[in-house]
Amino acid sequence: MVEFALPKNSRPVAGKIWPRPASAKNVREFRVYRWNPDDGQNPRIDTYFVDMDDCGPMVLDAIIWIKTKIDPTLTFRRSCREGICGSCAMNIDGLNTLACTKDMSTINGAVKIYPLPHLSVIKDLVPDLTTFYAQHASIEPWLKTDTPQPEKEWGQSPGDRSKLDGLYECILCACCSTSCPSYWWNGDRYLGPAALLQAYRWLADSRDEGTGERLDHLEDPFRLYRCHTIMNCAKTCPKGLNPAKAIAEIKNMMISRQV
Amino acid sequence: MAGTDQSPIANEQRRPLSPHLQVYAFALTTAMSIAHRITGAGLYLGTLLLAWWLIAAATSASAFADVSWFMESIVGRLILLGFTWALFQHMLGGIRHFIWDSGYWMDHPQREYLAKGTLIGGFVLTILVWIAAYTIR
Repeated sequence: MVEFALPKNSRPVAGKIWPRPASAKNVREFRVYRWNPDDGQNPRIDTYFVDMDDCGPMVLDAIIWIKTKIDPTLTFRRSCREGICGSCAMNIDGLNTLACTKDMSTINGAVKIYPLPHLSVIKDLVPDLTTFYAQHASIEPWLKTDTPQPEKEWGQSPGDRSKLDGLYECILCACCSTSCPSYWWNGDRYLGPAALLQAYRWLADSRDEGTGERLDHLEDPFRLYRCHTIMNCAKTCPKGLNPAKAIAEIKNMMISRQV
Repeated sequence: MAGTDQSPIANEQRRPLSPHLQVYAFALTTAMSIAHRITGAGLYLGTLLLAWWLIAAATSASAFADVSWFMESIVGRLILLGFTWALFQHMLGGIRHFIWDSGYWMDHPQREYLAKGTLIGGFVLTILVWIAAYTIR
C-alpha cells in the first residue's frame, strides 16, 4: 500500500550526541539510526565522532570503530568485509550499499547511516529480511530437469555459460529490492528486483528445463509486473548488476512464448 | 529472566518501519517515473477540456465563444501550457518505457541520457508548439 509518511512509532527523534575522541585531529561526524527493542521508545539518530587517523577507509571500518571505542550497544550485521557475503547492506548517504565496500572519501559531510529502507527493524541497523528470503525461495532457485541425470555433470557450452554473467554474481544483500518504491508499496506481493534477477538467472540457464512453470509462476500482475522501470535497483547494486534489465528480459520471455 | 523479557510477538508488533522516501537519495530516473504518473493523471483532465471545447463547437456559436473566452484568458492559457507539457512529457515517457521494455539502454549512462532526454525534450517540444501557435495566429 502506498503510504508516504512513516507510522508514528517509526519516526526518528533526535538522539544522543556522543563525546568527541580526545586529542583526535582528523574527526568525522556520523549520524546513525538507532532503535532499541527493549526501551519502548521511538527510533533516534545518534551522533558519533570517529578519529579518522585511527580508522580504516570504509564505512564498515568506522562503525566497527564506533562499536569498539565508543558504544558497544550499536548493532549491525557484518561478516566478510570484502563485498561477498552481503551482510552489511544498509542505507549510507541516501543509497543502499555494502558498508564494507563503501569508501568514506566518496561521501560529503556527515555520514548518515540508516537500515535498509521500508523494512521492519529488529534492532538499530538490523532489519527483518524474512519476507525477502521467502520471496527468493518462491522462485525455486535450483536446477530443474526432466531428462535423466547424465553420468557426469550437466554440460554447458562456454557461450551458454556466459549468459549467466551479470546474474550469478548476486549476493542477495537486498540493496536493490529495498531501494525500489514499488517494493516499498507492494513488497508483500511484488517479488522485487533481487528475487526476479534470481528468477531470470534460472530462466537464462541452458541446462534448466523448468522454463514454462517458472514463467507461469511469475505471470501475475504483482509478482512480476509491478516493475515500472524506476531504475533505483540498477543504480544501487553494490555488485554492479542490473536487475531492471533482467526483469525486462523476463517480460520479453512472457511475450515471446505467447506469439 | 522470563519475568523481564518481552515476549517475541509483542516485540515484533512494536518494531518500527525503517525510513524510506525520507532518506533515499533523489534520482532523475525516479523523478521521470513519478512525472509519467502525474502527467498521465493530468491528461485525463486535459482530455475533459478538449471534450468541452469540441462539444461547445458542435452546440452553438455562443457556447464556443464562452470556451474560447476561457481558453484565451491568462488562467486558460496557463492550463493549456500545462496540458501541452503533460502531453509531451507523457509521450516521451511512453517512448522511454518502450525502449526499456525492449531491453535496450538500461545500463549506465544510457538510462540517464534517456531520463534527461525525456525531461528536456518535454520542455523543448512544448516551447516549439507554443512558438508555432503564436506565429500562426
